[in-house]
Amino acid sequence: MSTTTLAAPIRVDAAGVHARPGLGRLVAVELRKMVDTRAGLWLQVATVAITVLAVIFACFDGGATDPTFQSVLNVGLQPAAILLPVAGVLLVTSEWSQRTSLITFALVPVRSRVLGAKLIASLVLAVAMFVASVAIVAAGVLVASPGVDGTWADSAPLIGQSAVYLTAGMVVGVALGAILLASAPAIVALFALPVSWLAVVSLPFLADIAPWVSTARALSPMQEEVMSATQWAHVGTALALWMLLPLAIGTWRISRREVTA
Amino acid sequence: MIETEGLTKQLGGRTVVSDVTFRCEPGAVTGFLGPNGAGKTTTMRMLVGLSDPDSGTAQILGGRYRDLPNPGRRVGILLDASAQHAGRRGREALAVSARTMGVPAQRVDTLLDLVGLDETAAGRRVGKYSLGMRQRLGFAHALLGDPEVLILDEPANGLDPEGMRWMRGLLRGFADRGGTVLLSSHLLAEVEAVADRLMIIGGGRIQAQGTRAELLTESATIVEADDLVALEAALHRAGLAIRPAEGDRRLVDAEPELVARAAMAGGVVLRRLTPAEGAGLERLFFELTTSDARAPSSQTDSIHPELSGATA
Repeated sequence: MSTTTLAAPIRVDAAGVHARPGLGRLVAVELRKMVDTRAGLWLQVATVAITVLAVIFACFDGGATDPTFQSVLNVGLQPAAILLPVAGVLLVTSEWSQRTSLITFALVPVRSRVLGAKLIASLVLAVAMFVASVAIVAAGVLVASPGVDGTWADSAPLIGQSAVYLTAGMVVGVALGAILLASAPAIVALFALPVSWLAVVSLPFLADIAPWVSTARALSPMQEEVMSATQWAHVGTALALWMLLPLAIGTWRISRREVTA
Repeated sequence: MIETEGLTKQLGGRTVVSDVTFRCEPGAVTGFLGPNGAGKTTTMRMLVGLSDPDSGTAQILGGRYRDLPNPGRRVGILLDASAQHAGRRGREALAVSARTMGVPAQRVDTLLDLVGLDETAAGRRVGKYSLGMRQRLGFAHALLGDPEVLILDEPANGLDPEGMRWMRGLLRGFADRGGTVLLSSHLLAEVEAVADRLMIIGGGRIQAQGTRAELLTESATIVEADDLVALEAALHRAGLAIRPAEGDRRLVDAEPELVARAAMAGGVVLRRLTPAEGAGLERLFFELTTSDARAPSSQTDSIHPELSGATA
């Protein structure tokens, strides 16, 4: 560069010109990008609204038994469990479908840092949504079954399992988005793959391995009962196959792909 | 400063960019000219690490773009004005990038003002923008980090004449303050007025590069006279090639001075004697970039004797 100093139209302070944007800042930016578009904002609003509706129905359906924390949680987590992974998919794929990858990767050329920031941002959103869901469930139960014995049985382990359930689902969404880099196929895969795979491994001669390799099987007990060590092992292997492996492939793909969007 | 050395890229089995070598100096606007599909965009993508060259190197500010710690603060890029999230508001699109590169939030408003996007426009979603508005937002985005280098792909696309004038003023001022500007276009007229240097690319190869004057060492002259027969005879005697032009004008492949001397020797009164530079550059551009004229033909050589020097 020449020694001429460039007086820009509007001078800004020179601090930060040679400083790499920190991971914290990138995470904040990714969180912002999840809610600063119409689609992104309404996806989050809809998740909370549907959770409230689901909890109201679960608490006041007029059934004979008093609703327990466990029974309401089973229903109240579903909206977030279904919609969070969609947010995870869109967080990655919208960069390609909306072509913002040209800007994102020009500003942060080390693409794995962008994906890392997206992953952390998605976890932050998942935890926030988990806290909101559990709070809505608890509020519903408090109103519907005040002071009924056994209402809050096993709530601590169930809350812990719910956290894993929601965050894992979110990361699966990010991973599928990273592999397919297109919104529609990734969302279809998100819902169709676990079910189709479950159908395959439910064949009699595969029945023994099904809980080890199927997320649908391995994760289903999470908000229903306190899980055993074996069940946790099922979760571990199923997630390694359906979450970690896709994430690794997706990272590799994004790092190498031509940004022609 | 932008410097490339033998950049080559194949996409889908086709060589899109072939052995492209050039330098863009600080303080100058370099126009990157070529028809659509000539390899301009691919070359620019390779400059900023969005595409990896099969061979060759590209350096910006003395190193690889992707090794710049905070590239947005040193290199402003506008590769595609439509590459913005349609559901994001204009101001928010800038704010997200400002946050990423650590630029104060006030700068977003300053730039919206600079590019002439008012409060209403800034609050609208980019999906509702006209191409001209997107282009202005793209300029604001490129300038957001107060860069030293600007890389702009077809920035004049969609700008009205007033917007074009504004863009030229902006780029001229940026270069005059020591900035490096590389801008591409498929239309000669868009860059001719502002570029200090021109590179012409066709079929993935640089066909010619140099200053405007260098590319026009042969300048044709437009001449008019009452007595056309005498004029033609006089020019023939002087060994100058003459071609018909618009109306009863004649185009002579020589400097105005030579034409004037020839006319005087023949005793012909000239009504008009003007250099025809623009026409020459246009012809050069056309000849160099049409697919069957990848290498300057012998005919081109006779018209542009210095061309091979400029290409080398």
